[in-house]
Amino acid sequence: MKISMNVNGKPVSAEVETRTLLVTFIREHLRLTGTHVGCDTSQCGACTIHMNGHAVKSCNVLAIQAEGADILTIEGLAKADGTLHPMQEAFREHHGLQCGFCTPGMVMSAVDLVKNHPNPSEETIRAELDGNLCRCTGYHNIVKAVKAAAANM
Amino acid sequence: MYAFDYQKPKSLADAAAALSKGGDAKLLAGGQSLIAAMKLRLSAPSDLIDLGGISELSGIKVEGASITIGAMTRHAEVARSKDVLAKIPALASLAGGIGDRMVRNMGTLGGSLAHNDPVADYPAAVLGLGATVNTNKRKIAADDFFKGMFETALQADEIIVSVSFPVPKRAAYIKFKNPASRYAIVGVMAAETGSGVRVAVTGAASSVFRVAEMEKALAAKWSPDAVAGISVPAGKLNSDMHASAEYRAHLITVMARRAVEAAK
Repeated sequence: MKISMNVNGKPVSAEVETRTLLVTFIREHLRLTGTHVGCDTSQCGACTIHMNGHAVKSCNVLAIQAEGADILTIEGLAKADGTLHPMQEAFREHHGLQCGFCTPGMVMSAVDLVKNHPNPSEETIRAELDGNLCRCTGYHNIVKAVKAAAANM
Repeated sequence: MYAFDYQKPKSLADAAAALSKGGDAKLLAGGQSLIAAMKLRLSAPSDLIDLGGISELSGIKVEGASITIGAMTRHAEVARSKDVLAKIPALASLAGGIGDRMVRNMGTLGGSLAHNDPVADYPAAVLGLGATVNTNKRKIAADDFFKGMFETALQADEIIVSVSFPVPKRAAYIKFKNPASRYAIVGVMAAETGSGVRVAVTGAASSVFRVAEMEKALAAKWSPDAVAGISVPAGKLNSDMHASAEYRAHLITVMARRAVEAAK
């Protein structure tokens, strides 16, 4: 089946099986491997991307459901000249990552979080990040990073 | 995941026609339960009929003393809807507590109801608020809709179009979450509606159910104390690694008391 969508501002199209997951399409067809597969059961949030402006877990969405959609992955977050997005910069500044595996999903989720809660309290950040798991348990600095980024977004 | 044929009809009539063609076709709404089940090969439909192309299935409308929510409306939209927040804050809060934020951006009201997972939140809202499920064929009262574990009154070729929630005098939904999955170990919707008091419990048994004894007590006196001494027998409740039937029975009373206290 042929699908077409915009990924990080560029139109892409490909022939895929109907059962192809969006995350598989992103990683294996488009070779955008910044989006990670952690649990593959829609729990850990490492595969979080934005579809039409909303954070979703791309391991639990079919590629065909994204037909015609605007997709933003971690690769599309920084500016073309390499300037990091304020959320990425805050994660760097506040050491909001340890092994880095959950980071792309954390960042994409956090950008969506701040969009919906412009000035989030620590409590809100912790509650709203409950769909993203960090197996290093590095939550304290992640929460700090999100709070700092919210002030710059 | 096993292979399947896929179609995305543009109208409800086309979707119903595709669904009645036989085979083992399933409707795809947000897919937050269905796709996960297909990945585990617990579900293997021959065809997926994607409802994502039918715009009439989405949206929130205030109609007199009720709010009608389209079947394809996402949990996140219900949670932040100004109309729902103003008229049925208990429903907005319930929708905002389903799964996690990413799941709420995809998951839909109709999908949750048609699936009727025993631990889902929405069945408690529909039964507890005395809502009506509108399908492409008829209107189904909440009391007639939920039939058992993953079972509803929906016929094989019937599609949920919307759900009408009457605005209650006051209501609240309180759940005791599984800390890992966020599914309800026990969730209770307590509501004082125009047609009487309703208490609906999800997570505790094979399907959502009402607690007549609590309803009677609350009708006599709407107060947390009225339900504090009432417990549901553990006999028919679920027992699993997360909670024993006796613990769930205990939680029902506690959650009901808190829901009555929080109701507004």
